[in-house]
Amino acid sequence: MWRYFIPIALIVLLMAFFWRGLYLNPGVVDSPLIGKPVPAFSLPAVADGSPPLTSEDFKGHVSVLNVWATWCIPCREESATLVQFSKSKLVPVYGLLYKDQRQDAEQWLQEKGNPYQLDGFDPKGQVALNWGVYGVPETFVVDANGVIRKKYVGPLTDSIVKDSLIPLVNSLNQEKP
Amino acid sequence: MVPELGQIALMLALCLALAQCFFGFVGAQRRDAVWMSVVRPAATAQFLFVGVAFVVLAVSFLRDDFSLRYVAENSNTALPWPYKIAAVWGAHEGSLLLWTMILAIWTVAVASFSRRLPLEFVARVLAVMGLVSIGFLTFMLSVSDPFTRLLPPPLQGRDLNPLLQDPGMVGHPPMLYMGYVGLSVAFAFAVAALLGGKMDSTWARWSKPWTIVAWLFLTLGITLGSWWSYYVLGWGGWWFWDPVENASFMPWLAATALIHSLSVTEKRGTFKSWTALLAITAFSLSLLGTFLVRSGILISVHSFASDPRRGIFVLVLIAILSGGALTLYSWRAHKLVSEQGFKPLSRETFLLLNNVFLVVAAAAILLGTLYPLIIAALGLGQISVGPPYFNSVFAPLIIPLILLMGIGPYVYWKFDNVRRLVKQLRWIVVVAIAACIVAAIAVWGQAPVFTVVGIVTGLWLLVGVAAIPVVRWRRHLPFSRGVLGMIFAHLGIAFVVLGVFVTTSLSMAKDVTLAQGGSTVLHGYRFSFDGMTQVTGPNYKGVQARIVVTRDGKPITVMYPEKLVYVEQQSDSTKAAIDPGLFHDLYVALGQPVGDNEWSMRFQYKPFVRFIWLGGLVMVLGGLLAASDRRYRKEVRVRNADLAGASLAADKN
Repeated sequence: MWRYFIPIALIVLLMAFFWRGLYLNPGVVDSPLIGKPVPAFSLPAVADGSPPLTSEDFKGHVSVLNVWATWCIPCREESATLVQFSKSKLVPVYGLLYKDQRQDAEQWLQEKGNPYQLDGFDPKGQVALNWGVYGVPETFVVDANGVIRKKYVGPLTDSIVKDSLIPLVNSLNQEKP
Repeated sequence: MVPELGQIALMLALCLALAQCFFGFVGAQRRDAVWMSVVRPAATAQFLFVGVAFVVLAVSFLRDDFSLRYVAENSNTALPWPYKIAAVWGAHEGSLLLWTMILAIWTVAVASFSRRLPLEFVARVLAVMGLVSIGFLTFMLSVSDPFTRLLPPPLQGRDLNPLLQDPGMVGHPPMLYMGYVGLSVAFAFAVAALLGGKMDSTWARWSKPWTIVAWLFLTLGITLGSWWSYYVLGWGGWWFWDPVENASFMPWLAATALIHSLSVTEKRGTFKSWTALLAITAFSLSLLGTFLVRSGILISVHSFASDPRRGIFVLVLIAILSGGALTLYSWRAHKLVSEQGFKPLSRETFLLLNNVFLVVAAAAILLGTLYPLIIAALGLGQISVGPPYFNSVFAPLIIPLILLMGIGPYVYWKFDNVRRLVKQLRWIVVVAIAACIVAAIAVWGQAPVFTVVGIVTGLWLLVGVAAIPVVRWRRHLPFSRGVLGMIFAHLGIAFVVLGVFVTTSLSMAKDVTLAQGGSTVLHGYRFSFDGMTQVTGPNYKGVQARIVVTRDGKPITVMYPEKLVYVEQQSDSTKAAIDPGLFHDLYVALGQPVGDNEWSMRFQYKPFVRFIWLGGLVMVLGGLLAASDRRYRKEVRVRNADLAGASLAADKN
């Protein structure tokens, strides 16, 4: 009676997908904005008196934009990694402070170190919306033409930076603008 | 030293589970009464040791023992004590302990309420449950140990996730787990029957009350979860088709199908292999739910840091338990074919359709939940499946089911004829159609056609269910608790359907930014923003707005929505203010501050939303009545043959 074997066949198939799925990184969600230019925007800086962050800052060189907030717990894990990456001076790292308070952010940056060359303040998340952000932390890599090339969802770890971010940035740096 | 006692207790429990499993299976196979007699005491002792581990963890929380990594990550000295208890199951390791604890409770319950069952059968049932327990105890002791030390201990803990610091969330996981794990009883009964090669109406009668109890806990858990997300998540939704919700809904659908299929097997001795398959499926879906939630494989992209070893562990567990049971099924099920037939118009046909719709609905949800994973596993890219898919697939499956539910309970077992049915149902149908027309006219134009269909369906069922007692009373038929249970459970469904469709089609919402003194009008209610005050609690600080509600100048109520920041977790939580009513809720949630004095706020008017949870509670009541029916109760001396005959006669309404 072959029909009694259907359930076991189905579950075996399902298990195969799960097995495969476990080894996929759930954080890699392709953004529809990949391959699109950076949306036009201008944000005031987090710290008073610092220059603003605008879409013009993404022109002429490869850059990295990190979306963060002080209330975001994974951002804390990410912070040290990001500071270290920024110190390598490979490319400018920009920040986008998402739905947060200025004072809290300044205090955080003093405590944990400031990886950002420019840090835009987006209290209502309007600009982040245009970037297709739906959670923090997220990190974007933008090429020298101002085109978004890659989005990382979730905190960057040392291994992501070493195995993915740095090679990507290096190869983008070699592309002609 | 005390936490290590917990660990030792878990190891001892594992040894006992091994004994329970080994002596159960092998003893039953050898028909060795001495070996089989080990199983019950082993189950009781296992329960005691798991209980010790659970108490040890709870005490560590109450004593703020941050030298335990799990306590340090999920508690805080300032956390109120009821939440310290709830924090035991606030994260992965502890919720596994709760799972195992509840499994031990069910096992002991089966061991003690099975005195009348053949020893061989009980031994096999407990052996299967022992096998499940071995799986979970090994899981905990290997990759999810709640008693791991953190040295040196931190002075303060990280606090419990603020979303979980809520009365609704305290009860939600235990209820849901009672349901998930309770389905292991039906699973174990089915596997034991397949192993023994004997599956008859007695088997169905033993399985059914356990399944109903598991189902009612599942219903309660889902209802609590929905209510919790309504007032905590802050946007007034009550169901999101989130993978975690789906993980609890699929076993519920399968369990509902199982209860109905068990009825057929109990009354008529048919559907046997199908019932066995459903019992295996329902528990497999519970395990799958555990896998989905615990492996982090499908959770929204923003829940991080899940350990892949955990996923593999649950996967292997599913392979052994479900895979093993289904292999057994494919090998033995052909022996279960019965000769009992039924005509196209009969109760059996209606229950078969019930099963088809429920199983297809569960499969559709499973497909939607797993689709992103399947696509990703095939390397075809990343997609997500959201409410549009689930709503448009689920509703067309459920609406015909509910239409059938209105008639099904009136149809005779085995065969019926159309003329008799029409004669019996004509007044009910007239009343139902009249009610439906009135309702359709009342909401026409205000709501999409699709939701009008939904409302009409709910009313149809309501009238159909309400007429059952009338018909039974006129024909002097008895009201056993089983019948009452069915009536209440179906009534609950009618309430849920009405609640869902009315609130979906007639709710109103408005997002506005208000400064102090400003006001807005929604559905005749004027909401005035009267000011903001600071609030502080033991482990949070935040703001509370005062919103005065008036209608035609008359005061209605004052509402206090809050926005809280939890100090240790540094995350905020929106506490919406709700003015509840049986027929409508007013709902205010604080958004973000805009400028110095202004706040964005969301105002909602939600008619009939309470019916969703009220319906859930009525279903639970139905489950309680049905599970306590005379024919399942312990004190009744069982004369199997007589009783089967009597219940057949009694139900030939």
